[in-house]
Amino acid sequence: MIPGAFAYHRPKTVKDAVAMLSELGPDARPLAGGHSLIPMMKLRLSSPAHLVDLRAIGELKGIRAEGAEVVIGAMTTQHDVIADSMLAARLPILRETALVIADPQVRYVGTIGGNVANGDPGNDMPAVMLCLGAVYQVAGRKGERRIAARKFYEGAYMTALEPGEMVTAIRIPVPPSGHGAAYEKLKRKVGDYATAAAAVVLTMSGGRAATCSIGLTNLAETPLWAEEAAKAVVGTTIDAAAVKKAAAAAEAIASPASDNRGPAEYRKKMAGVMVARALARAKTRAG
Amino acid sequence: MAKVQVTMKVNGAPAEGLVEPRTLLIHFLREQLNLTGAHVGCDTSHCGACTVDLDGRSVKSCTMFAVQADGADILTVEGLAAPGGTLHALQEGFREMHGLQCGFCTPGMLTRGYRLLEENPRPSEDEIRAGIAGNLCRCTGYQNIVKAIQYAAARLAGAPVKEAAE
Repeated sequence: MIPGAFAYHRPKTVKDAVAMLSELGPDARPLAGGHSLIPMMKLRLSSPAHLVDLRAIGELKGIRAEGAEVVIGAMTTQHDVIADSMLAARLPILRETALVIADPQVRYVGTIGGNVANGDPGNDMPAVMLCLGAVYQVAGRKGERRIAARKFYEGAYMTALEPGEMVTAIRIPVPPSGHGAAYEKLKRKVGDYATAAAAVVLTMSGGRAATCSIGLTNLAETPLWAEEAAKAVVGTTIDAAAVKKAAAAAEAIASPASDNRGPAEYRKKMAGVMVARALARAKTRAG
Repeated sequence: MAKVQVTMKVNGAPAEGLVEPRTLLIHFLREQLNLTGAHVGCDTSHCGACTVDLDGRSVKSCTMFAVQADGADILTVEGLAAPGGTLHALQEGFREMHGLQCGFCTPGMLTRGYRLLEENPRPSEDEIRAGIAGNLCRCTGYQNIVKAIQYAAARLAGAPVKEAAE
């Protein structure tokens, strides 16, 4: 399969990249790892006239701690996320999530920025970012701005990015040490998108959940932040009754399509199952 | 669309060519450099038959444009054996342990196995299976592929190798 013709650009700075994206207009697409975009181009579902390759922009790469936040450059690959020891210690849910994305080859190339910015409801990182309360740093012709992940996703492939804007970094408030987190993903095989998946981050105090946040993947047109589900376990010991309430609350906001991963009713049910499993695992890890 | 010049190192030797920006790396390797070892399998980045090693990473060359590999250092299956033709330990392992049947996935398995052992010289069976999760084989059931990579790991470490498969 051969994609449609396009002109290729490789800017060296964010400033040049956003200038190109603004000048070239809607026919231009930024190219990160390309593992969502290139398959779409090969199927001719996407035919941009210009690709602005971000790989030569050094300032978009890297992982660093900044006070109480971790900042991850948009062009950081999933492989780099998995290999980073500071992330493994402070935000282990990112490594756990990256490991269930696609396969090793795709993770060497696929980027965390591309994963969150593309707006594909099947991508795994967006729900984790909703769960963690991450903020996306965005550059555009008019300068920089920040958009909360929880306000970023508007529909399938539709985000709060304005034309010419791109995500340059992800800023994640680090949960307190001793937090427990888990990403549970049900998939048919390696490399598949989730039938349903849930991210949980919680803290325990005196045997009870002090805080809890839950995100859901591939269960609607956008990733979901399951506030009611999280409220159902705060203040409890995360006993069977609380887990049941949380699962029901997650199922109530899930609106998956029927597809070859299963009928909508099944996928909705699996939303609850994934929440229950993620809660159980996060609880055992907290302390 | 105007063609652009790309220059890269392939199997230790300089390589260059004029490509359309939309030319996929797999097509550049196979059709312009005549390196037909890497295969077009699924053409949808699932099967891994097109895997090559690029700047120390295993990549699916059907999901990358040749222009993205401009300046890169690439190893294809053709570059695995020593210049005199002596097989790489992985190739020997696939032969000794019957790690292939039809052979279509083998170039990808070998290049992926190469990077896996570079990163983790003595992987467990589980680590091998996770490491080749992006490479599909429709013949072997993977059992002998895992054994072949274990054979190569032992050989490269100078350890005794297990007897060949039945």
